[in-house]
Amino acid sequence: MAETREPRLEYVLRLGDSALVLGQRLSEWCGHAPVLEEELALANTALDLLGQARLLLTRAGQMEGAGRDEDALAFLRDPQAFRNVTLVELPNGDFARTVLRNLLFCAFQEQLWAGLRASSDAELAAIAAKSAKETRYHVEHAADWCVRLGDGTDESHQRMQEALDTLWPYTAELFTADAVDEAAAATGFGPAWASLEAGWQKLVRPVLEEATLAVPAPTAFRSTGKGGVHSEHLGHLLALMQTLPRSHPGARW
Amino acid sequence: MYTQAMDIAAAKGEKPGKPTRLENPEYQAQFDDKVDRGDFIEAKDWMPEAYRRTLVRQISQHAHSEIVGMLPEGNWITRAPSLKRKSILLAKVQDEGGHGLYLYAAAETLGVSRDELVEALHSGKAKYSSIFNYPTLTWADIGVIGWLVDGAAIMNQIPLCRCSYGPYARAMLRICKEESFHQRQGYDLLLTMMQGTPAQRDMVQDAVNRWWWPSLMMFGPHDAQSQNSADSMRWGIKRISNDELRQKFVDATVPQAQVLGVGLPDPHLKWNEQRGHWDFGAIDWDEFWNVVAGHGPCNRERLQARVSAWEEGAWVREAALAHADKRAARARAA
Amino acid sequence: MERRQWPLWEVFIRSRNGLDHKHCGSVHAPDAKLALQMARDVYTRRQEGVSLWVVRSDQIVASDPQAKPELFDPAADKIYRHPTFYQLPDAVDHM
Repeated sequence: MAETREPRLEYVLRLGDSALVLGQRLSEWCGHAPVLEEELALANTALDLLGQARLLLTRAGQMEGAGRDEDALAFLRDPQAFRNVTLVELPNGDFARTVLRNLLFCAFQEQLWAGLRASSDAELAAIAAKSAKETRYHVEHAADWCVRLGDGTDESHQRMQEALDTLWPYTAELFTADAVDEAAAATGFGPAWASLEAGWQKLVRPVLEEATLAVPAPTAFRSTGKGGVHSEHLGHLLALMQTLPRSHPGARW
Repeated sequence: MYTQAMDIAAAKGEKPGKPTRLENPEYQAQFDDKVDRGDFIEAKDWMPEAYRRTLVRQISQHAHSEIVGMLPEGNWITRAPSLKRKSILLAKVQDEGGHGLYLYAAAETLGVSRDELVEALHSGKAKYSSIFNYPTLTWADIGVIGWLVDGAAIMNQIPLCRCSYGPYARAMLRICKEESFHQRQGYDLLLTMMQGTPAQRDMVQDAVNRWWWPSLMMFGPHDAQSQNSADSMRWGIKRISNDELRQKFVDATVPQAQVLGVGLPDPHLKWNEQRGHWDFGAIDWDEFWNVVAGHGPCNRERLQARVSAWEEGAWVREAALAHADKRAARARAA
Repeated sequence: MERRQWPLWEVFIRSRNGLDHKHCGSVHAPDAKLALQMARDVYTRRQEGVSLWVVRSDQIVASDPQAKPELFDPAADKIYRHPTFYQLPDAVDHM
């Protein structure tokens, strides 16, 4: 069963957990990137996402008021308590899937940060302002790669198309309205995610088009990670990530 | 300047992009004079072929070590026990990638391409530091690598900032500046663990026991057995001998171990009042040569990981070029 | 099929406004746009710069190192070009 919490806390956890899980995924590339220069670029993106996650989870801990800090939230929660969107927990796959996911998710973040600058929560507005600069670069870098690979060789085009076919259905979750969303919008805490879809489409579609990729038709598939019901992959990701703090309770690192 | 493509020797009938290096007594005398004065040799200056070969070998070996060295530490990024430590470790391993890149660039000024260097690594022709063929078994290994392995590397590298080849010296300057955070974060990590639970302290001691001797081996064979040392010294590529650096490392490290509260696994470690240095036991050179020859605990895995990354990335590198070609063609047509 | 390499680009950084761009290293990149991004990711991880230039290495024209004597030695005896050449009375020596 998914825990239910105060909607604003849920909202911040969705942001923080998504940044954390994608940061964790991107850090898996370290030492294995297709070219040395890109090794550094992927690590920079992962570091930015981890930094965003730390700020957001710290804020979540403050709002919760139960004395949990960023690490207690990151390392001592079970998968069901995570509120990241499913898109970011999927395995990296090849470089095509990695850069495409960065485009899809970071373009979504870009919309979010823009909406959050007017948040009634000053802390969150400040995090959004800082993160917006990082995210703009992530989007640009990911978009440039998508175009180069989509409109590169036959093989790279095929890999990109496969990546898009795989990942696209998971983007519907980003914009599915629910009570958390409505409460956040109603209180001026943050934008309803459903309201960000138009801006996101406007950013993503032209890139996919320049990349000569065909956007799949919508399906009935809905992922539900932000509600706490995840894919099978998150459990493995967290088992690895959380192993030390879990096996040494109370230890400081 | 890190470029291999300055087309300046063509007028003299040389292949473009290659440094002038016909053996020539007059040039040789100028070169020797410059090296003796402590002047820098720059990329397109005349240099003896053996000097160039030695540099290519050393710089590329150094670059390969940085790149392969990402793997043992990278092994713990996904399992770092706090978000702060995860960020530090990722930034550190990323730095190592950067250092590899600076060094490949320095090597490329000598007329070899990065692809050639990488292929030499993958075929087993080129070596890398044997230390990276040891496994990282616990989180404490990450701290110990920062403290001992990076500590030893810094000892080795600081003199290289004054090496006679300009592009190498400049790369080393940049690297040493960035590297100082590596050793400090490692020591900081260990300090925190030593103040923690008994299990954490045991982990640190175990890691020190495993990494101490391989760290001492990082300085290379004894001076008498070091085949490349004499030439490198003469050319100002190497300024301090292997044994001298090793002693310096031991002298610096023993007091740090005392502050940390860990033992060093050498019963012969003893302060020698007369020499003003710490005496230490004999290094197991059979182990060293075994690992160099490819029989260390992780040689195969390390190389395999690099080869896979390279091969699995081939389609990406090709696609980017193909796209650039298409763009150029469209621009011409427009 | 022989694999082509990504071309080499020289990277120049302006560390802060008011200073010249200075050569800092090189990157391999397939095109100018990615070259700039890669230069950013490689060479500005510690706030080293506020502006970047990249230029294809094979577009740089350099002087011949063997021509150093004729190019640079003739400047050696033009000491009158340097302010320290002129001895002025203490009262105006800050000139």
